Amino acid sequence: MELKEGDRIRIKKKTDSGVVVYEGIVMPTASRNIVIKLDSGYNIGIRPENVEIEVISGVEALKGERGSEKRIRKVKEDLPILSILSTGGTIASKVDYRTGAVSPQFSTEDILETIPELGQIANIKGKVIYSILSENMRAEYWRKLAAEVYREIKNGAEGIIVTHGTDTMGYTAAALSFMVQTPVPIVLVGSQRSADRPSSDAAMNAICAARVACSDLAEVVVVMHGSTSDDFCFIHRGTKVRKMHTSARYAFQSVNDIPIGRVYYDTSNIEKIRLEFFSAYKKRGDKELELGLRDKLEEKCCLIKFYPGADPAILDFFITQGYKGIVLEGTGLGHVSAEWIPGVARAVKQGIPLVMTSQCLYGTICDRVYDTGRDLLHAGIIEGDDMLPETALVKLMWVLGQTTDMEEVRHLMHENIAGEIRGRSVKEKVHLEI
Amino acid sequence: MDDHKIGLKAGLEIHQQLDTRTKLFCKCPTMLRDKKESTFSFKRYLRASKSEMGEVDEAALEEEKYSRTFIYKAYDSTCLVENDEQPPGELNPEAVDIALEVALLLNMNPVDEVHTMRKIVIDGSNTCGFQRTALVATDGGIETEEGFVGVDSLCLEEDAASKIETEGSSDAVVYSLDRLGIPLVEIGTAPDIRTADQAKKVAEQLGMILRSTGKVKRGLGTIRQDINISIEDGARVEIKGVQNLRLIGKIVENEVTRQTNLIKLREELKRRRARVERQIEDLSDIFANTTSKVIKRAGGKVFGICLRGFAGILGTEIQPGRRFGSELADFANKYGAGLMHTDELPAYGISEEEVVRLKRTFDATEDDCVVIVAAERERAEPALKAVLRRAEDAMREIPKETRRALPTGSSAYMRPLPGAARMYPETDVPPVEIDKQRLQYIKSKLPETFEHRKARYKEKFGLNDELADKISRNPHFSLFERIMESYENIPATLVVRTLTDTLAELMQEEIEVEKLEDHHFMDMFKQLSANAFGKEAVPEILKFMAKQPEMSIKKAIEEIGLRADMKEVKQLIEDIVNSKKDFVREKGAKAVGPLMGVVMKELRGKVDGKMINKILEEKVKEVMVRATSHDSE
Repeated sequence: MELKEGDRIRIKKKTDSGVVVYEGIVMPTASRNIVIKLDSGYNIGIRPENVEIEVISGVEALKGERGSEKRIRKVKEDLPILSILSTGGTIASKVDYRTGAVSPQFSTEDILETIPELGQIANIKGKVIYSILSENMRAEYWRKLAAEVYREIKNGAEGIIVTHGTDTMGYTAAALSFMVQTPVPIVLVGSQRSADRPSSDAAMNAICAARVACSDLAEVVVVMHGSTSDDFCFIHRGTKVRKMHTSARYAFQSVNDIPIGRVYYDTSNIEKIRLEFFSAYKKRGDKELELGLRDKLEEKCCLIKFYPGADPAILDFFITQGYKGIVLEGTGLGHVSAEWIPGVARAVKQGIPLVMTSQCLYGTICDRVYDTGRDLLHAGIIEGDDMLPETALVKLMWVLGQTTDMEEVRHLMHENIAGEIRGRSVKEKVHLEI
Repeated sequence: MDDHKIGLKAGLEIHQQLDTRTKLFCKCPTMLRDKKESTFSFKRYLRASKSEMGEVDEAALEEEKYSRTFIYKAYDSTCLVENDEQPPGELNPEAVDIALEVALLLNMNPVDEVHTMRKIVIDGSNTCGFQRTALVATDGGIETEEGFVGVDSLCLEEDAASKIETEGSSDAVVYSLDRLGIPLVEIGTAPDIRTADQAKKVAEQLGMILRSTGKVKRGLGTIRQDINISIEDGARVEIKGVQNLRLIGKIVENEVTRQTNLIKLREELKRRRARVERQIEDLSDIFANTTSKVIKRAGGKVFGICLRGFAGILGTEIQPGRRFGSELADFANKYGAGLMHTDELPAYGISEEEVVRLKRTFDATEDDCVVIVAAERERAEPALKAVLRRAEDAMREIPKETRRALPTGSSAYMRPLPGAARMYPETDVPPVEIDKQRLQYIKSKLPETFEHRKARYKEKFGLNDELADKISRNPHFSLFERIMESYENIPATLVVRTLTDTLAELMQEEIEVEKLEDHHFMDMFKQLSANAFGKEAVPEILKFMAKQPEMSIKKAIEEIGLRADMKEVKQLIEDIVNSKKDFVREKGAKAVGPLMGVVMKELRGKVDGKMINKILEEKVKEVMVRATSHDSE
């Protein structure tokens, strides 16, 4: 018998002790068993052998439009206008208890319904740019996103919030940092614990992000939980931030830099949510901050992680594939094995810039200390300074989008464009929790 | 009150922790910790999830209204899963096996595929805001003396974090994470229970079946019972968190009393044409110079309402130790506001004059009742609104609700009954298919049934039908076997009587027999087997041990003064026999009977009767032999 999801069915199953009757609604499943949701709310799976199935009623009609709560939102004159651009990371989602499906929410109404506090902070406008998992992001999408951000600001948005999956949020933050010259805050936010759970970090991150988006900070930043508690979010510079934990709320850390600041969360009163800045930042209203968009990228760039014994043919492969720029994630101060050096020299000679970063993440590249390093410099490697490997990759794409002149590329890679090179190393305070 | 006549229907829900090596969804040990050993703590908030209708589940929403902060204490024996910082692992197979075993023992039908669900709970007891739970089996049942009781469902779920009594600040609730994630089975019976006594027996029987697996945790807090009760014209009420089996009968009785009394109150309120005014007044002025400490502590802020026609109603007892006023106070307490009313005032340092002024504010007559709370406006208003709603309900119906069992056997309001639609799939945990071989294997290893055990006891220990039945259904059956195997000279009937009737009698005398552990019984029978005391003293020893469980049996025997030096006993009997020498010579062996009485008067409880009899026979024989030889001289 053909069963449709949503059918209400009765299953009579023969057992050793007689017949057991189950009644419920057919659920979607990947298993070969019939999965139904009982009236108690539980799902169970039943093997389709020795059963009699009877359809009681067809697909139960979905409940109509939710309530009549589509209140007309008045524009609050005293509140700033924020645009929320969604790329697929969810800050709001809804659970359908009948089917068990979880659906992310993007419309302004739905977001405000789930996180009403946002409406107290700003006049919110929601827009869906992409609905993708962040591992499916790509350079081409960064460009479209940058263009959308630019358009929103041009059209009067006083702050931008980009909701983003956390996996590649750091890359997108770096990309926007290079591509958009912004007079207003551009805040990337996401959640580490899914928005469909009451404990999700989505709402708090979004509320803190909205506060930052209304502040005088005119930079691209990531605002995410600062600790395992729901007590504060850090404001990380878009070029210095990295996801450092697979699942914990405090996954995002500034590397080779301290966070720009933090947002103290307060559930009792939105007004009490306080910002604290740790370091200098570009300010809204500064004269030189004119809106600009330089979104050209050379997408044919790659990031190669070196490991002991790694075959130098790996490098040759990318060169033959026509890659225009390569970032290496070397060991320690910035090394690959001596075997790789002729390949590096060949690439540079062909006009392919090679940038060295470190898999240590913390600290700066210095190829003048050991022989291999000196040989690499001689072969023409560009030291990536204290840049994150991922940021160096995005920057190389952007630089090659602006120029192909090798000397110019070398110069730009060493120039601090969007806070990606701190230049002056200080003792890090690593914000990992114990 | 006749439970049948009033249409009592009750069902039990039993939560039993399983004794698995690791937790249900992570590799942490299932070990409870001293809260002082906590290595760090963190703070969280929870938000209610939305249902498909855009409505928040009623029970979930009610919790959110209290907007509390949760503090969690973590340990070196808890991990990121408990912190809700890491996805759960797969459903612990050891726990699934135990759940299946219990299901089979309850004649239930396991489902073919177990799906883990998320059940929304936002009181903070689960860090993620939901409890993970899976339905494992349905459609079973057990036979009881008063008929068949269906067992509708068996779920495998994770235990919640335990609440640590709030430390000072009333807004933050502190939870300990050691208990979170310990596997437990939740067994729900059908509402087939008809009397308070049956409720208690079903709970006992289920408890015993669980323990017979040898794979469940024992001790305080490892088993918790919830009871669903309704009577005709009443409402379904769920009473949660009964930790003491002995209270179950009493709780059912007290709930029946509560509902019956609420029905009476409703009729009375109707007769009086009582009504509720929604006006909340700020009464702080009246108490500007009060001597009441309760009010001073609340910063002198007092708000109140008037319940017209409610005079005397709030002071009416509806359950042992609880008046209708206590019911209303439960609602106010939810918002951290204490409640007082004119049925009980003047009291708490509130003066006669203040009461008069209170009543005057509302133009209250002697038929009315003024209810006040001492708290700032943010607490007082929602508290009084909740009280108003409850008072309105009193004129209409008995509210369906979840209540909390109190140690006295009464109960207090906890929250509304949860709605059904609070569950959605836990997508992080894959479903588990239960294959037939696995079930077959578990079936082949099931613990013995009562019937089989009973037949075995009759055969092996020569017990009669009644005693064999009694002990095979008794939770102490395995202890019985151990005693019998260890001490051959102890009669089976004595052990059965001790473990059943004697304990029941002691319980009736309010002796805390729960304090007696297996080793107490083993040691006692060891001493008895060595004739260290007489079997008549068993109840006395148990009574003593229940009071001082840390003492050794040997010491206890000395303390009670039971220990009799056998040499002294023999001497005593010899003296008695010698003093009655003439009588012995005259009656011969028949003298034993009458002399037994005399000897027992001296030694009762100190030495076993049989032993005395044996010595007495010996001594009598000696006298007789001496007499014969004397005659022949």
